Amino acid sequence: MESSFSAADLSAVWLTFKLATTVTLILLLVGTPIAWWLARTPSRWKAPIGAVVALPIVLPPTVLGFYLLITMGPHGSIGHLTQTLGIGILPFTFAGLVVASVFYSMPFVVQPLQNAFEAIPERALEAAATLRASAPDRFFSVALPLAKPGFLTAAVLGFAHTVGEFGVVLMIGGNIPGQTRVVSVQIYDHVEAIEYAQAHWLSASMVAFSFVVLLLLYTFNPTKRK
Amino acid sequence: MIHTRFDLAYPGFALNVDLQLPARGITALFGPSGSGKTTLLRCIAGLERTTSGMLRMQDEVWQDGANFLPTHRRPLGYVFQEASLFSHLSVRRNLEYGLKRIPQAQRRVQLGQAVEWLGLGNLIERSDPASLSGGERQRIAIARALLSSPRLLLMDEPLSALDTQAKRDILPFLERMVQQAGVPIVYVTHAPAEVERLADRVVFMQKGCIDRIETLKQALSRPDSPLFSDGGCVSVIEGRSGQQKHGLTSFHVGEHCLWLGNPIHAASAGRPQRLRILAKDVGIALTRPEDTSLLNILPVTIQSIDLVREGHALLGLRLSDGQNLFAEITAWSRDRLALHEGLAVYAMIKSVALAE
Repeated sequence: MESSFSAADLSAVWLTFKLATTVTLILLLVGTPIAWWLARTPSRWKAPIGAVVALPIVLPPTVLGFYLLITMGPHGSIGHLTQTLGIGILPFTFAGLVVASVFYSMPFVVQPLQNAFEAIPERALEAAATLRASAPDRFFSVALPLAKPGFLTAAVLGFAHTVGEFGVVLMIGGNIPGQTRVVSVQIYDHVEAIEYAQAHWLSASMVAFSFVVLLLLYTFNPTKRK
Repeated sequence: MIHTRFDLAYPGFALNVDLQLPARGITALFGPSGSGKTTLLRCIAGLERTTSGMLRMQDEVWQDGANFLPTHRRPLGYVFQEASLFSHLSVRRNLEYGLKRIPQAQRRVQLGQAVEWLGLGNLIERSDPASLSGGERQRIAIARALLSSPRLLLMDEPLSALDTQAKRDILPFLERMVQQAGVPIVYVTHAPAEVERLADRVVFMQKGCIDRIETLKQALSRPDSPLFSDGGCVSVIEGRSGQQKHGLTSFHVGEHCLWLGNPIHAASAGRPQRLRILAKDVGIALTRPEDTSLLNILPVTIQSIDLVREGHALLGLRLSDGQNLFAEITAWSRDRLALHEGLAVYAMIKSVALAE
């Protein structure tokens, strides 16, 4: 069995890491207000918006990838926007992968955050209000610290889920070395080329990585004891 | 003066209140559960967002129609039924939460004062408020509210989640805080004993409306007072506790002295306090009985005699310093002793305890 990783493998690993980190950061920023809204709104739009956010959990990644490809393409709405802004067309670029992954991993960030926000007793926020804390103050001084375990879970799941995606990447990003060829695609290529040893190295690394991530999550973020 | 008017309708419940209160002392909102006490308190705090209310706190308008001052801009303190401490903050950071959010110049209560009034000296360095007892947590919550230097303190059944012993322990702290902080308090409760021990005036509520507003004296002077439910009529006698002797504590009422079986909490020694005496526990003698095991015998004058229930008479008695005491005796005893209004007799009190 050939040992260790090729330069192409390492490049894929680095690209995957870069993608997952970017997507996780964006999702924490974008997902927090969405989760906060979903957790606390009495609006009748709560159910439909919640369902849209959760769609990627049940949809085949190819379906999501297909529609994203069309919308981000030269004739899609996002495509028009990006062309007007002079950014060009997103599919088959790293930026395109980021946008697609944000949609794809959204529920894995929003749902833990929403659960964490829902678990915050209304009473704690009311107490803060009676102690002169304005709404943003209450959010940062009470809600965020109390939801900290939720943020950890959301970040880990968002990151891990982005690392693990394959279908959407293939639909949107294709297979451009150093740009869109992430680990899952690289493994696919190895297997296609019957380079099982290389595939083993990467796959086993993925198994180890996923296990360690989940182990850390369960160790440092135990479910609340009452 | 605090002037408030609220007209709210929720499914199955309506609040309909027009209330003026002096902005000093303790006002008890008293009534059965579901009478709207808590809702009224939440309205005053701005926690129930309404556009059909009016609230004026002295010279400030807190809300009037669409003009609504949000809770965090109302200079009030709120103590909830459960302490509602911030579990992610230490005891000290909990106490400082409100303190930090008001300008230095507006701070009328200092951390050290609140810690002393509520006896938090050995709790303040604790890091995990969740590990404290219910009574300790509630004392912290009260101190936390006081430290935001409120101009009005709202307390929503602050003792109802505590067990009897914890209640007994916290009451002296509460009394001392009331006397020293000098902030007007609106106190929601359905426990007559808390009203009797703490309140200056009582707002009786029923089904979202105000029945009547009375001073505590007035509320306790009519035999049909809603405060008398369990155990019949009650008198509240004010006095000061003194020394311990013979395993008892002396309690001075005017020039007379009563003896209490239960020790006085250190936090309340020497301060004005209230005794709670059940009318059923008071007997009458025409001459001062000398050979009796009863210790607490006071000279009184009969003010009124009412028949309260079949075969029983309720005597309204006046102590030498003008305070009122009820005695419930049988109608037969009344006839046997030929009791009548204006007669000077002796009240023998079987059991004397602090209101708690």
